[in-house]
Amino acid sequence: MPPALRSVLRELAETFIPETAGASDDQWAALEARVEQALSVRDQAMRRQLGLFVRVLAAAARVRYRTGLDSLEPARRTALLDSFARSPVLLFRRGIWGLRTLIMLGWYTQPSVIAAVGYRADPAGWDARR
Amino acid sequence: MRTVRCDVAIVGTGAGGGTAALALAPLVAHGKRVLVLERGPRFQDGEFTGRELEMAGALYAEEGGFLTSDGTMTLAFARGYGGSTLVYTGTSLIAPPRVLRAWGVPGIDPEDMARRSRKYVEQNNVHLLEQELQNDNNRLFAEGAARAGFHPEQFPLNLRGCRGSSLCNLGCPNNAKQGTNRVQLPAAERLGVEVVTRATVTRIEERRLHAVVTERPAGAKGAVPEWEPGEYVIEAGHVVLAGGVMGTTPLLLSSGLRGLPPRTGEGFTCHPAHILVGEHPSSITNDVGHPKSWFVDRAAEDGYVLETCMYFPFITAKNLTGFGAPHSALMRAFPRLQMILVLACDHATAGNRITVDRRGAPVAHYRFTEAVIESMIRATRASARIFFAAGALRVHAPSAEPTLVEAHEVPHLEERIHARHFRTGQISISAAHLMGGCGMGSSAADSVTDDRGRVHGHPWLRVADASLFPDALEINPYLTIMALADRVAEGLLADIAG
Repeated sequence: MPPALRSVLRELAETFIPETAGASDDQWAALEARVEQALSVRDQAMRRQLGLFVRVLAAAARVRYRTGLDSLEPARRTALLDSFARSPVLLFRRGIWGLRTLIMLGWYTQPSVIAAVGYRADPAGWDARR
Repeated sequence: MRTVRCDVAIVGTGAGGGTAALALAPLVAHGKRVLVLERGPRFQDGEFTGRELEMAGALYAEEGGFLTSDGTMTLAFARGYGGSTLVYTGTSLIAPPRVLRAWGVPGIDPEDMARRSRKYVEQNNVHLLEQELQNDNNRLFAEGAARAGFHPEQFPLNLRGCRGSSLCNLGCPNNAKQGTNRVQLPAAERLGVEVVTRATVTRIEERRLHAVVTERPAGAKGAVPEWEPGEYVIEAGHVVLAGGVMGTTPLLLSSGLRGLPPRTGEGFTCHPAHILVGEHPSSITNDVGHPKSWFVDRAAEDGYVLETCMYFPFITAKNLTGFGAPHSALMRAFPRLQMILVLACDHATAGNRITVDRRGAPVAHYRFTEAVIESMIRATRASARIFFAAGALRVHAPSAEPTLVEAHEVPHLEERIHARHFRTGQISISAAHLMGGCGMGSSAADSVTDDRGRVHGHPWLRVADASLFPDALEINPYLTIMALADRVAEGLLADIAG
């Protein structure tokens, strides 16, 4: 994982998925491990781009709010990320999409989270519901 | 480096390769050797667990996250014994004559294609799912579509003993889907066709393939390869490429085969799609039962198709636009969500093509035309009407701003859901119907192959997968791939018979 991303992963996760603020140690470790694994199968260039994009976000936080991404209050962090998600610049929109996708992969693939959202698919199909 | 000789080498085991394998199997009884090379593993029956992350990693290229060159669309394609038939939902539609005629390929006759398709309808046990096995997600779509003035149709499905796991896209855990891994490939092997898995073809030369067979990684799913790991040269009288759009064209381009038609790689289409959800007041059955039983076909009139679907938590989360509290609230409503897949019927467009990078890896170039965006907008509005007619409280529409559309806003859908809100890179768009790159036609000036899949100027080399489509099919493609592969194999048999 690019160091720039690791340093703000928790703040980004809490912005994208507020429930991660209450994640247990195990859930957080699982999220990190899944993000790490997903990045490991991507090419080096993509990992570099992601790290660079997080640095751009951090710089934007400093310019707009005179503080780092990690110490930005949640509402401002949301506003900042949202402005990038709606940016006229495709690279910025893609950057946010990529970050949120990674974090959602880390969260919404965990059995405890899947159960919490009420998803109950079972290989036994209808038999499992009867 | 070991050298293997055979009469026919088929690359790929999906709808095209699997069909060709069985259609060419009678050659074995005449002393010919037919070899099939598959890049992915041969999964064992008990290995389809339905767990999203685990199965996506095992089945899909880049875990299902393969992106187009500008990063605005995800392409889903599988690797394994059975190819993408491992992960489709088994929807079995015969190509519309209107579309085949528009392709304008001399020799491709809609009647002939329908006849061949019906052969595979029978072979794959295609039928309509019984009403009692349909879940609320599908029932609401059919009822809502009818109430909203659309004409819902039931998908014919290739199932045998479906238990309704809803996990088709992660590989059926009950072996119910009648993909090539269940029907054509085992039958071909019983007739003496040899299938080698974990065999990646790295280069093609005249009547010769270079392949690498890899070991099963420790802890990975799938059987060990049938051949000793290592490098192979396969000398073949005839070669049939059926590695799918992201396999066939890249192999041709990276091999630097002399005299390749200049249009190789052109004409890439993919039915760009995204997921819409409608939130109902109470729980519905959505994560049990076959996920894709109904559709609305507006391809001819409005350039789109709507299909029922039900995806898994991560894919759903990824496809809901935005983040934060509203996104989380929608995810927590999962048991109350109805889902529709919107597919745009795109057309072959200059610049949308398959190439390879410096390492020979596939690159898909795709630009969303205004026509495609307008199709997706019309489809989104239509889906919203269907959701509300079915009783949904609100609809998540990626091309709306804000994305949640409430029931009282129905009179304003034209304004609420609009192309000005369609921002690539913000909206999750994906495609699983990859087509083109080696389109059929009459000469090398306008196409890559003839109507029998023969690559112009290379009579020993054929293509037998969706790469052959000169334009989008406008329906789910697997049955048409099988019909075309059947034609390719028939032509090859005739050539061999002399």
